Formats: sequence, structure tokens, C-alpha cells
Amino acid sequence: MRTILFILRKEFLQIFRHRVMLPLIFIMPIIQLLILAHAADYEVRNINLYLINRDGSQAAHRLIGKFEASPHFNIVGNAFNSDEAYRAIQNGQADLFIEIPVDFQRNLLRDGYAQLQSSVDAINGVKAGLASAYTNAIITDFNEEFRKEWISAVNVSDSPKAHLATNGQPPQSTNTHTLLSQPSPNEADKRSWEITASPYHHITISPSPITIRSANWFNPELNYQTFMVPGILVLLVTLVGTFLSGMNIVKEKEIGTIEQINVTPIRKYQFIIGKLLPFWIIALIELAFGLLVGKLVFDIPFVGSLWLIFGFSALYLLVVLGIGLLVSTVTETQQQAMFISWFFLIIFILMSGLFTPIESMPAWAQAITRFNPVAYFVEVMRMVLLKGSGILDIRIHLIVMSAYAIAVNSLAVLNYRKTT
Amino acid sequence: MEYAISANGLTKKFGAFTAVNAITFNVKKGEIFGFLGANGAGKTTAMRMLNGLSRPTAGEAQVAGYDVYRETERIKQHIGYMSQKFSLYEDLTPKENIHFYGGIYGGSLSFLKQKSKELITELGMEAYANTLVKNIPLGWKQKLSFSIAIMHQPAIVFLDEPTGGVDPITRRQFWEMIYKVANEGMTVFVTTHYMDEAEYCDRVSIMVDGRIEALDSPGNLKKQFKAETMNDVFLKLTRP
Repeated sequence: MRTILFILRKEFLQIFRHRVMLPLIFIMPIIQLLILAHAADYEVRNINLYLINRDGSQAAHRLIGKFEASPHFNIVGNAFNSDEAYRAIQNGQADLFIEIPVDFQRNLLRDGYAQLQSSVDAINGVKAGLASAYTNAIITDFNEEFRKEWISAVNVSDSPKAHLATNGQPPQSTNTHTLLSQPSPNEADKRSWEITASPYHHITISPSPITIRSANWFNPELNYQTFMVPGILVLLVTLVGTFLSGMNIVKEKEIGTIEQINVTPIRKYQFIIGKLLPFWIIALIELAFGLLVGKLVFDIPFVGSLWLIFGFSALYLLVVLGIGLLVSTVTETQQQAMFISWFFLIIFILMSGLFTPIESMPAWAQAITRFNPVAYFVEVMRMVLLKGSGILDIRIHLIVMSAYAIAVNSLAVLNYRKTT
Repeated sequence: MEYAISANGLTKKFGAFTAVNAITFNVKKGEIFGFLGANGAGKTTAMRMLNGLSRPTAGEAQVAGYDVYRETERIKQHIGYMSQKFSLYEDLTPKENIHFYGGIYGGSLSFLKQKSKELITELGMEAYANTLVKNIPLGWKQKLSFSIAIMHQPAIVFLDEPTGGVDPITRRQFWEMIYKVANEGMTVFVTTHYMDEAEYCDRVSIMVDGRIEALDSPGNLKKQFKAETMNDVFLKLTRP
């Protein structure tokens, strides 16, 4: 115990002596949090829309008006035929075009349904999916209004019992979309464009017996920052922890001081604990700091217990720092340690469920995420902070993290050799 | 009598390369034992096997009565080591280094406080007491390093080229420090490239390509090789 205290004293002296390090450790992550929380936003605005209006009826204008009023769309131009609109997509002026066919209104009134075509540039899959979804929402809305006003006025009581359908399936699903990949010969840079030619939206007019109103639990306003900030905090604490601990022992190897340590009767576990604790304390303070910024700047809710968050973080950090130390024991230079740490961190971060839901990953990838400590922490942060989950709800996470912490740190102690 | 160090056929191989080839020697207690050899002759490797940093490939050795295979941690309690690379923390002050190493060897806080004051006065380092080690001249660093290596009163101290790159006056002071601890009964195992320093040793071994080619007191070696100085002895042995 005394030995550990002497190591701690020395480590803290060294950390505080490097005047550049402390601000780096604390200020850089906060800057990242402030920037990322605004940037990592999935909401897509300013989708550039081209229109081909072949109808010119009141219904068509009404539909166009709805697109104009939407914050998601900018109508950037009108085309007379689909070739022209297609070119607009090819040269990047438009993200999608919508074609309103001849007799749109007449068909709607006479037959009870009409067709629309939308084509979306699917190079950016996420954006394309959202553009389709927003388009659908607007058409649904239009349909609802049209039915109420026009049909009740005409009073078609015997119209077929049906509902709105945009071809019956969500627009993202591939079986309703034809993906065309077409090189563009006109373009000097020969970029190839993928255009999803979404099939026709059938607008069916009928009294709708079912309306869907959704209520979003735990994040009622679907605020992205509420969702992202706790996750980003996890990343920042993880990055700082892994790098600080990963570089540390290796640095002593590079300078040569490790020889002097290895020739003392110091015990291996004492050395590892002495190396782990300082960064554990720093990372916990950093997390507290980050949560404070999250609360003050982004007003993220603290529904659950903060003690539980810190309890889990304490455990989690043992894992992360242990991984760093393990890397430190198997490498000889800081450069090697850096590369290995990055290798794992990139996988951990991209597969953490922060940016893409784990549920939508293939089965083998989901299996990998079970070994990803970051995924557990992101989930726990969201569960506890946003949903108010208690200790029983996260018991599995706690058990897995404990096992992980014991395994990683035992490995680090075993792998650290005083005699080679 | 019991030896401080005894090695018998001690060997270290790195793959196909034999760095230390079956060396056999004994070091008496309280002796200043000079360990000479050209660069790459295997001195540092041999020393690292003796102080428990490197596991021998073959042979046997006892240091302070403990086996170099099974009792390395025991050995470490009874030896001091000053490595070739400067091994104090450059971003700490002399006082902080003394505190840290002293603490690891189990010194009490009051002992450390007193000891660091004493050492600094003894070395005449008052002016540098609160300067970071990296800003202190090399000669001072080496003397400090030595003082720290013997602070816990080990039975044996290993010095790996302690005076490399140090000016003649400081070298002289350094050897005075070595004599002082040897007189107090500490065994000193020292490697060096300076042949005048070899003359200061009680006994000297000369390593060539991983083997000990000569081992005796400087006087006897000079007789044996019919040489005027240790420098000539060394040249006769190491020149092909």
C-alpha cells in the first residue's frame, strides 16, 4: 500500500508538472463536446427538390405548397420533363425530383387515387432515406387534408374502404425502390450516380378509419442533443483514458526508467495499480465536468441516479484504462501503442451504437459488440440519464463490466514482466 | 568464504547469437570488481542477468546468496543498480527522485526527509535541489544516480558505465564515492571503458566476444601479459 502511494505521488507530480497536459486533458474534450453535439445531428434540412408539374390543377398546387412550407425542402427548380430533372440530380443541383402527372387532380377525384413519382439521389443513403420519409409524410398529410375537404364536400360515402398507401411499404425498403446505377457520360469527372427511382406513390382517397399519432417516450421532442451528448461524453472519456494509460508505461520504456523500476523489489500489481489510479481519478473528474457542461449547455435530462452513472463509470474506466495498460505492456514504443489503441478505439466507437443502432447491424457484428465496453457504457448512459433506469435494469451491464475489468487488468499484470 | 556473486557457466543467447558465453567467476564480499570489455562484448547483458532483469539461457548464478532463476525478486531487495541509460526521472527534482526511489524500497517518510537533505548536502547539490533533473549537468546527475542506487544500503551495487561522458574531475569524485561505500563493506560491480579506472579495481575481468578471457588483480594481469598499463593489457586481449 505504501509503495502504491509513492507511485501515485510520483505520477501526479509528473502529470501536474507538464503544464501543457492538464489543459489538454480537460479543455480539448469539452471543445469536442461542444462542437460534436451540434454537428452529429441526423436531422436533414435543405433537401434540394426539383418539380415536374404536369397537372397545374389546384390539388397539384396545394401539394407543392406543402413542400414549400416544409423546413426540410428547398424547391430549387422546375423541369418540364424527367430528363431535365434527372440532369439536375446528376450535376448535383437537386437531391430529388417529384413528378406530378397529367390529370393528377382529376384521377384523384374520379378514381379515388392518383400516382406521383419521386426519385431520390441515393449516394448518401441516410439522406436519401430521410428525404423519402419526409416526402411520404408530406404526401400523407396532403392526402388527409384532401380527403377531409374535397371528399366530404362531394360526399362520396361509398368510396372504397382503404387507407393511404405509398405503395404499401416504407420507402427505404429496397424492394420498392429500383436502384439504378448509371455512369454519366456528360460529366467530365465521370462520377456515377445512383438514383433511387421510387415507385409511384398511390394516393388513395377514402375516409381513413385509423390515424396514427406517435408519442415519443423518454425524449419527447426527439432532441438529437439529448440523445447524442451522453454518448459523445462516453467517447471523450474513453479516448482520454485509453491514450493516457496506453502511453504511460511505454513512455517509461522509451526513456529507460522502467529498467530502474524493474530492478527494485516493487510488486507487479503495485506498479499497475499505481499507473491506473491517477488516470482513473482524472477520467472521473473529466466525466463530472462533461456532465456539467451537458446539463448547462445542452440541458440534457438527468432522470436517473447520478450515483449510478458514476458507479458504472468507475467500473467502466477500470476496463478502459486496463486495456490501455495492456497495450502498454505489449508494445515497445509510444508509436506502436498509439496504433494499437487506435485500431481498437475505432472499432469500439463505430460499433458502439452511438452513430448507428446496434440492432441494425448484421448478426456477426452484433456478436462483436457484446465485447465492446463502449457499447455498454453508451447504453447505460442513455438508459440511466434519459429513461431513469435503476441498478436492477443495468445489472447485466454491471456484471459484464466487472468481469471485463478483472480479466483485462489481470492480463495487464501478468503481461508486465520485470524479468525478460 | 561466501561470495557476493558467483556465476558458473552463465550463458545468454538471443536466437542464434550468443551474447554471453558460459562465463564463470566469483566476486568476494566488499570487493570492487571491474567488468571490462569492448562495446558489444556482453557486459551489460551479463549484468542484467545478475540483477534479475534478464533470464539466463543456461548456467547458474547466485547473487547475495539468491538464485538468479527462482529468486529474482529476493535479489532485487539486496542490490542497487545504476544503468547505462540515465535512469532517474528527468521531470522530477533530485529531492522528488530521492523520495520516490527511497519510498519504493520502504523508507519511512521521516527517513526520506532526512535522507534527501543529507544526500543533497553531501553531494553539494543545494543549488540544484529544486531544479528538474533534466536541467542538471551530467556529472551531477551521475553522482545523484549513484547515491540513489545505494540509498537503501544494498549488499551489492551494479554500476553500468557510470562515468561515461563525465569530466575527469567528476570521475575522480565518483571513484571516491565508490571507495567510500566499498570500505563500508558494500560489494561494487562496475563496468567501464576507462583503463585508468580499471587500475582502481581490486580485481578485473576482461570480456571478449561473450567470454571472460582474463580475470585477476590489475597488477597480476600486467605481469601476466607483460604490459606496462591496463590499457596495454586490454589492447593485447581485444585486438585480433
